[in-house]
Amino acid sequence: MPIQYYIILAAVLFCIGVVGVLIRRNAIIIFMCIELMLNSVNLLLVAFSKMHYVTAGNDNKSLPLNIGSDAQIFVFFIMVVAAAEVSVGLAIIVMMYRNVHSTDVNFLNRLKN
Amino acid sequence: MIALLLILVPVTGGLITLSIKNENSVKGFSLLVAIVTLILALVGVFSNNATLLNYDASWMPDLGSRISFGLDGMSKMLALLTAVSLPIIITATYKNTYANAGKFYSLMFLCQAGMLGVFLSMDALLFYFFWELALIPAYFLCSIWGGEKRIQVTFKFFVYTFVGSLLMLVSILFIYFKTPDHSFALQSFYHAKLTATQSQWMFWLFFIALAIKMPIFPFHTWQPDTYEQAPTAVTMLLSGVMVKMGVFAVIRWLLPIFPDASQSSSSFIITLSVIGMLYASLIAIKQDDIKRLIAYSSIAHMGLMCAALFANQQVGIQGVLIQMFNHGINIIGLWIVADAIEKQLGTRKFSELGGLAQKAPTLAILFAVMCLANVALPLTNAFVGEFLMFNGLFRYNPIMAGIAGISIILAAVYTLNMIQKIFYGNTVAITENARDSSFNVNAALVILVIVVIVLGIYPQPMINLTQSNANLFITKIP
Amino acid sequence: MVYLVPLFPLMGFLLNGIFRKSLSKSLVGIIGCGSILASFIVSAILFSQVMSNGVSAVQPLFQFINVHDFKIDFAFQADQLSSLFLLIITGVGFLIHVYSTSYMHDEADEHFARYFSYLNLFVFSMLLLVLGANYVIMFIGWEGVGLCSYLLIGYWFKNDSYNYAAKKAFIMNRIGDLGFLLGIFWLLSKLGTANYNDVFANVSHLSPTDITGITVLLFIGAMGKSAQIPLYTWLPDAMAGPTPVSALIHAATMVTAGIYMVARSNALYSLSAVAENLVAIVGIATALFSATIAIKQNDIKKVLAYSTVSQLGYMFLGLGVGAYTGSVFHVMTHAFFKALLFLGAGSVIHAIHNQQDIRYMGGLKKYLPITHITFLIGCVAIAGIPPFSGFFSKDEILAAAYAVNPIYWVLGVIGAGMTAFYMFRLYATTFLGEFRGTEEQKHHLHESPAAITIPLIILAVLAFAGGFVNVPAIFDGHENLHHFLSPVLTTEPSHELDHGTELTLMGISVLVAVVAGGFALMKYSKKPELSEPEGLGKVLANKWYIDELYDALIVNPLDSLALFFKNVIEKSGIDGFVNGVGTFIQYSSRRLRLVQNGRVGTYILFMIFSIIVLWLVFWNQTTITNFFQKIF
Repeated sequence: MPIQYYIILAAVLFCIGVVGVLIRRNAIIIFMCIELMLNSVNLLLVAFSKMHYVTAGNDNKSLPLNIGSDAQIFVFFIMVVAAAEVSVGLAIIVMMYRNVHSTDVNFLNRLKN
Repeated sequence: MIALLLILVPVTGGLITLSIKNENSVKGFSLLVAIVTLILALVGVFSNNATLLNYDASWMPDLGSRISFGLDGMSKMLALLTAVSLPIIITATYKNTYANAGKFYSLMFLCQAGMLGVFLSMDALLFYFFWELALIPAYFLCSIWGGEKRIQVTFKFFVYTFVGSLLMLVSILFIYFKTPDHSFALQSFYHAKLTATQSQWMFWLFFIALAIKMPIFPFHTWQPDTYEQAPTAVTMLLSGVMVKMGVFAVIRWLLPIFPDASQSSSSFIITLSVIGMLYASLIAIKQDDIKRLIAYSSIAHMGLMCAALFANQQVGIQGVLIQMFNHGINIIGLWIVADAIEKQLGTRKFSELGGLAQKAPTLAILFAVMCLANVALPLTNAFVGEFLMFNGLFRYNPIMAGIAGISIILAAVYTLNMIQKIFYGNTVAITENARDSSFNVNAALVILVIVVIVLGIYPQPMINLTQSNANLFITKIP
Repeated sequence: MVYLVPLFPLMGFLLNGIFRKSLSKSLVGIIGCGSILASFIVSAILFSQVMSNGVSAVQPLFQFINVHDFKIDFAFQADQLSSLFLLIITGVGFLIHVYSTSYMHDEADEHFARYFSYLNLFVFSMLLLVLGANYVIMFIGWEGVGLCSYLLIGYWFKNDSYNYAAKKAFIMNRIGDLGFLLGIFWLLSKLGTANYNDVFANVSHLSPTDITGITVLLFIGAMGKSAQIPLYTWLPDAMAGPTPVSALIHAATMVTAGIYMVARSNALYSLSAVAENLVAIVGIATALFSATIAIKQNDIKKVLAYSTVSQLGYMFLGLGVGAYTGSVFHVMTHAFFKALLFLGAGSVIHAIHNQQDIRYMGGLKKYLPITHITFLIGCVAIAGIPPFSGFFSKDEILAAAYAVNPIYWVLGVIGAGMTAFYMFRLYATTFLGEFRGTEEQKHHLHESPAAITIPLIILAVLAFAGGFVNVPAIFDGHENLHHFLSPVLTTEPSHELDHGTELTLMGISVLVAVVAGGFALMKYSKKPELSEPEGLGKVLANKWYIDELYDALIVNPLDSLALFFKNVIEKSGIDGFVNGVGTFIQYSSRRLRLVQNGRVGTYILFMIFSIIVLWLVFWNQTTITNFFQKIF
């Protein structure tokens, strides 16, 4: 499959995430949208990694074996970080819900003062 | 060594003052420190021993900046002015009380140390450091102990001078990168390689900073406000010494670094200065407040100094060199009287004063002498300076000297107006019960009057002291 | 030895000034007069030395200013010209000091001492002016006498109009001083020296433009100091000072400084026809103009003041036509008779308790006999009636003027006629007729004490006999003064009129003076002019409205300009701009602050918009286009 398909899919996912963050007020949904954006990037990383592997030519013996695998390792890191982030973020959202009985982010405008 | 001590003594003195609680002992101790500094400065003036005078130590070798102080003729004279003015200021304002006197005097000393540093530095980075160091205590002094509108006014003062300083910093850094050996030393700066356009730009950046400090029309509006609102002791320090930093820096840094650029801009700057002289003199005529009048008169005098500097005649520069000292002495004298009147009678408005000569004859006489020095009457110190400066200006352009000379006439107008309105005529309600000035004010003024007369009759030592600077300077400029 | 001459008055000034509160009046008087007497004695010795040796050695005291290309010494030079002036200044000065001890006796101790210290300071400055061996020292004295004049005019500082007059005198003098100063600069820049000897020896190095420029600028200085058109208006106002001061400063000595200076610079002036003509024209114009004003003045001191201005005009006419000796001679005789007239006027004012308006005088002849007779001698002398001193000096100037241009002579004779007219009008109104003051004043009328009358008598003798030091050849005289001064006044041309012409000219001028004086006597001794004048007389009485003209042309425009600067340019313009920058920043920050509303969504929106904008901005850059080309 041409790389463009992956890029377009990732871009669409990313945009959905952005728009979601911008227009939704529910903290959990915003959170999910952020995850969506992260994952669209992950998708892109994996796709490019595969592309590099193909374009470098897998029959070329002089190339190191691990070519094109960096990005896939990145993705794992990102997933780990995202998992950690989810745990912290969800905890914050829970605390917030306990305090204001809402998950509406517009309540969180105390930065203004 | 003396150069270093001249800075360290006020700084340590100031730190010790900070910890003294009793107001009287603060004043006594401050006077002592000021006199020690004065003695040091006098030793410096009369000494010719280079190792004794200069100090040089490593500071930031990676940047090419050293702690390098030097006392040549010009810095000797200005160090003397700084050192003389503080004991006189402290004596004259001895009876004034300040909340937190310890802090007040400690900041005064810090400011003095900063100014001494400016006059003694032979390294551009050090120079800039002290330039700012002198400004910051002045800001606090004005904003804490100043008059009613102090916050607004000192903010203006600070922003004005700070903008200037930043422009200067840009210029200093730029030249630094163009020096042959990447060093901040004065000599390296003199040999910096700049193209014509670059030096034109850097000249103006540098000049604006100094023009604000001096101040030159139209950068002067901070001055009357600040002088009016600052506590008089600080005003004396500002007008007597700090504005000389601007003139000093022109001679020490600006002109030798940018000989060509200053040459090509000289006609513009001189025109500006002369306009400023007449403009400030005319405004001074219309003032109703002693402090504002003196402030405008100072602007006019500084304008003359600037014009004489850029006229690029050795005679004129010589005049500026000695006039820096003389103007400092004279204007401090005027402020002392202004302060004595304000403290006693509670007003500075001419319209509310009058007939004070009947009640305070001693003050009237001393003030009259200071005023005559202000209008540069012969046999007062200012005459010699103005004579040489006008002479230099005349050689540059006779017509310009003639126009600038009108300010001599205007100076007589506003100064005599001031004497007449304060001291002559019949007493009014406010001056009905006035007393003569107190001993400490008289003492300070008598010292100043003696300096005024002695330097007016025999100015040659002063000229000899600074002659080498004027010579050096002229030979550098083609 | 020369330095002793100014040293004594300086010491007198310091003693009287510093100990003014502790010294008694008699001690103050002794110090004040004694210092001048001492300096008179030294001057007399100097004068006799100069007379016998003819030397004019320059005595340097110390270096005043020494910068790289010129050097100004504090040096004195007692030659023929300056030693003559020394005698006039200290001699007349001493008499006036003695006179003052009595005239000012009503002042409080402290002010009495102040008065004498000012007076001594004045003599010191005047001596400095005359003794200096270069233009800079002369300038020091020049400004010094201006200062003393300011202090003494405003001596009664409680009175605001006196202070105003003092200020006016100082400022008008300063205008002249500026010219003088520029002249000195010009000299210094061309020759590198201001010493008289060096300058006159190197005149050939100056171009004609230089000489004209220098002399005209110096003459502007003289206009201010010696009260010539257009800078003369301060002198009549200066009569606010005590009368002895008017006699000393504003008649006998200070105002003649300009004549001294021009005579001293004769080597320069004689080389510039422009400057000579200017001096002569300004001189004769001033002489006539102020004489017209004097005719209609009713204040006894104002009449004398305008007469002084007029006489100074004659002296400048003399300088302009090259009669340097004549002018110096007139300075001397004028010092005698004008000091006499002023002191006489002072005696009159003293006698009738500070009344200066001659309309309230009259018939004083029998109450003040000595004053009357000495005043009359003064009037005759100033009118130029032989053999009184004024005749000789005025005649010398007029003869020289005739030789240069007969028009000068005609105008000069008209002026002389006016002089005789207003002087005898003054005399007749004051001393003849009936007393017109109040009964109380009449009751107190008395002749002044000896300290006043003795100086009057001495001056009267001098005013009578002073002319004989320079009797012209036509009367078998030897022109002693002329010979004496010739080493200094080197460039004086000799105007040889034949004796017949000269006698005719003299006859005409004396005739005019006698007729005018006699007419005034006849007119005013019986019927003095008491009513307010009308028509031309009113214009004259109001001094041609010159003060008003100056106010309208110079003072008021400057005043409004200053006000405009202060209120409009300074406040709204520069300060407005600076504050405007501050206000703008504050205003815009207040607006921008609202953007920070604390909503995360808004921030992200801004972020995204910014990214899009950045993309659009950099859209055309090759790296980005390449990137897209590569992936699509």
